[in-house]
Amino acid sequence: MINKTTNQKAWFFVIPVIILVAFNALIPLMTVVNYSVQDTFGNNLFFWEGVKWFEDVLNSPRFHDSFLRQMAFTGTILLIEIPLGIAVALAMPRKGPWVSVCLILMALPLLIPWNVVGAMWNIFALPDIGLLGYSLNALGIDYNFTQGPIAAWITTVLMDVWHWTSLVVLLAYAGLVSIPDAYYQAAKIDGASNWAVFWRIQLPKMKRVLTIAILLRFMDSFNIYTEPFVLTGGGPGNTTTFLSIDLVKIALGQFDLGHAGAMSLIYFFIVLLVSWVFYTLMMRNET
Amino acid sequence: MARINLQQLKHSYGSTSGGEPDYALKEINAVWEDGGSYALLGPSGCGKTTLLNIVSGLLVPSEGKVIFDDVDVTNMPTSERNIAQVFQFPVVYDTMTVFDNLAFPLRNRGFAESEVIPRVNEIAKMLELEDSLKKRAARLTADGKQKISLGRGLVRKDVSAIMFDEPLTVIDPHLKWKLRSKLKELHQRLGITMIYVTHDQTEALTFAEQVVVMHDGLVVQTGTPVELFEYPKHTFVGNFIGSPGMNILPAENINGEIGFEGCLIKTSSKADLQTLQGKLEIGIRPEFISFVDECSDSNNSSAIPVEIIRVNDLGKFKIVEVKHEQHLIKLISPEQYSIPSLSPRIIFDPDKTRLYADSWVVD
Amino acid sequence: MSIELKGVVKIKDAETHIYETDLKLSKGGFNVLLGTTLSGKTTLMRLMAGLEKPSQGEIWFNGENVTGMAVQKRSVAMVYQAFVNYPSHTVYDNIASPLKVAGVAKAEIKSRVESIAELLKLGPMLNRMPSELSGGQQQRTALARALVKNAELVLLDEPLANLDYKLREELRDELPKLFAGSGATVVYATSEPMEALLLGGHTATLHEGRVMQYGVTADIYREPNNLISAAVFSHPPINTTKVVKKGDELFIQDIACCQIDDRFKGLADGSYILGVRPHHLTPFSTDENSVKVQGVVKVTEISGSDSVIHIFFGDSSWVSESHGIHPYKVGDSIDLYMNIKQCLLFDEQGDLISA
Repeated sequence: MINKTTNQKAWFFVIPVIILVAFNALIPLMTVVNYSVQDTFGNNLFFWEGVKWFEDVLNSPRFHDSFLRQMAFTGTILLIEIPLGIAVALAMPRKGPWVSVCLILMALPLLIPWNVVGAMWNIFALPDIGLLGYSLNALGIDYNFTQGPIAAWITTVLMDVWHWTSLVVLLAYAGLVSIPDAYYQAAKIDGASNWAVFWRIQLPKMKRVLTIAILLRFMDSFNIYTEPFVLTGGGPGNTTTFLSIDLVKIALGQFDLGHAGAMSLIYFFIVLLVSWVFYTLMMRNET
Repeated sequence: MARINLQQLKHSYGSTSGGEPDYALKEINAVWEDGGSYALLGPSGCGKTTLLNIVSGLLVPSEGKVIFDDVDVTNMPTSERNIAQVFQFPVVYDTMTVFDNLAFPLRNRGFAESEVIPRVNEIAKMLELEDSLKKRAARLTADGKQKISLGRGLVRKDVSAIMFDEPLTVIDPHLKWKLRSKLKELHQRLGITMIYVTHDQTEALTFAEQVVVMHDGLVVQTGTPVELFEYPKHTFVGNFIGSPGMNILPAENINGEIGFEGCLIKTSSKADLQTLQGKLEIGIRPEFISFVDECSDSNNSSAIPVEIIRVNDLGKFKIVEVKHEQHLIKLISPEQYSIPSLSPRIIFDPDKTRLYADSWVVD
Repeated sequence: MSIELKGVVKIKDAETHIYETDLKLSKGGFNVLLGTTLSGKTTLMRLMAGLEKPSQGEIWFNGENVTGMAVQKRSVAMVYQAFVNYPSHTVYDNIASPLKVAGVAKAEIKSRVESIAELLKLGPMLNRMPSELSGGQQQRTALARALVKNAELVLLDEPLANLDYKLREELRDELPKLFAGSGATVVYATSEPMEALLLGGHTATLHEGRVMQYGVTADIYREPNNLISAAVFSHPPINTTKVVKKGDELFIQDIACCQIDDRFKGLADGSYILGVRPHHLTPFSTDENSVKVQGVVKVTEISGSDSVIHIFFGDSSWVSESHGIHPYKVGDSIDLYMNIKQCLLFDEQGDLISA
């Protein structure tokens, strides 16, 4: 690495970024912190509450429910998307004319604006006019995602899988493509079975890439808001009210800013903690 | 063990812009005896790796046949050919220990642990890896990893041939000769057919009993290191082998005698020079040129007067670069010899001077 | 440009990469840094270039202290082992890039690039992209880019290591000629002693972060100041053995081998270390003063017209390199001969007594 001899001019380049980040992220964040430790009845009157809001949140059964719902959702998502993504990446050709075609196909779902995704699936799954909804009902399955909680869950999960598996595919594919041919040739010579090739060569070589994929999917799915909100609005009832949807309801619906502020911060720390633990564990053996 | 027979092998990876197939291998016919050590030597792009991959089954040739001991294996997949290959970059299974790496090929083929364990230990000892058996393979140095690659080939008792594709590329130069000697030692001990691809002549000449020199998709000459050195059949071989390589100088036919810029040169050729056609050249290795001893050989007509351009002292000998009429000639002078400074002249050893017509030797 | 390193030390992550070094490189000459892979050659070159700052000590160019000066300000060009070229520029643009950065006029750029390309036989390739060139041509492009800059200091970090054997020979022949005209000081790092000898000029032998010796190449080869320097400069490795002097006799491995020669006169009785270069150890005796060495053959390597024989000699491994084909088999018993006069003599600490 280049050991720079002192160059103070470099700070000038950073200032615009600092300003932007401060405006968009730091100051709003400080506002949230402000709200989370104080109480207000409007008119800019603030009373110091200390950790009261935090205790409130942590003891609130509503929070526990949406937290568990969120965990269940993220868990399901990861369990489906990661293996599926790897499988699709393995099936994609590594050389030849079809490579570009496959890559473009995989990239398409990622290009669609998120609320459009939600709206698409909403219409797609409507039991009377949607292709999926109508077909399922025609087959005799009693399907209505606006009323049945199981149907709502399955539809939400399906939507997310359709939307985001491509990301895992593309990342895993990049990892696979970087494995030199010699490894496959050596495996052939050693008489290794396809499973052994996957378990002993491909998966270990994809470790870094998969770590990133899992981290990204964890963070995004844990923070998910737009798609399920447009699809189900959090319903029926609150069966698909995930953590962020709940947070917005409290903050903007009930205008319970203190509670919401504390909840935001707790939410943030959970994501940070899990990500950090996961990353450290995965990278501990790398030089 | 296997006798490998290559018949009319040709291979093309694709077409040139003219629509003709672009042949990486133009036509190869060869027989490699069981238990021999062969080196495929040539510059980058001559087709040696292509040939190696065809023999090991990683590539199916466009034309021709590969025969192992009278069995046509041309279309047989690698796993059935009983060969092993060591690649340019060490290929090890990172997640397994050294022991498991070596045991992998045997376990895949369903051998019982009671057979696997002693065999792995035996091979590890031969390769001086016994102390590393419990370590994770990823932690070894480059030469250790290459030894593991080699070991995976040796553990299989039924292996008919081992291929090496420039295996010493990533090895520290100081350790290269150690691994080279180890390979030769193993070959002498185990007698397995070994085929070694390289662009480094020292590796090829040291390791192999027979060297196959390749150039532009063709086998130019096959022979022992001594034969290739003393009697190169093509100017390419003469130049490629030897450091520095053979001096190739333009020659003329002067009434049935060979001349170089007016000096008469005697060559080892016994051909009738009156009928000789084509571009004539003489080839003489720097080792076989010497300075004329002023006192005794002052009347030697084939002595060539030269101007000394550069003297490179390499310790064990000196490389002297001289010039005669715009032609640069290199010769090797022994360590203790002092180079004459007054009007030096050189002579070529006639028994070692070869005559070439259109780049092929004239016997 | 004259380059001087004064008391330079480089420590990275609590590991000393370069121990205190004082080095004065000859101006306008070819200087070889010879050492194994981790001996510190690259670190030393990066310090000279200014890509790294020394933890201690100073670097002086032409009598001026440049220790804190940024790379861009120093008149330095560097060529790496991996052929480093701008992949999206043609060969012409690659070679022209340092001139464009320096703001040289277009017409002058054209003439300089073309003359350098001619010199390096790249004339017909000027419009191609680096990916279309062979390894040798890519490295020539990198060399051209370094040459065209007319830098006063040119650093070459094992530039030929990734090339074909023959190509390496050709370029090695050309390199001194290429730089001879420019007057630049060239520093060339390599791990092969043969290259140092073939390139000539001056050589510095490096070992584990220390410069062992610096001087005219042939002199360093003939008179290494200690065992390590001799080992670095020897390929195959130099043979060593303990020798005991008792009065007028020398004992190797407790066997009386010969009479002492002039160099031993005046030395106290005791243990010394003898260094025998492989080509001074031969399967035939050269004169009646030859000392016989008996060993068991480990392996014989034949290359064209030379034989390299590895033997077990007592509990050490020795190597003999000789002209002619001597195909000994593994396990054969063998007699090799050496002449004490040709051996290097070191004291027990490994410092040279006489060569």
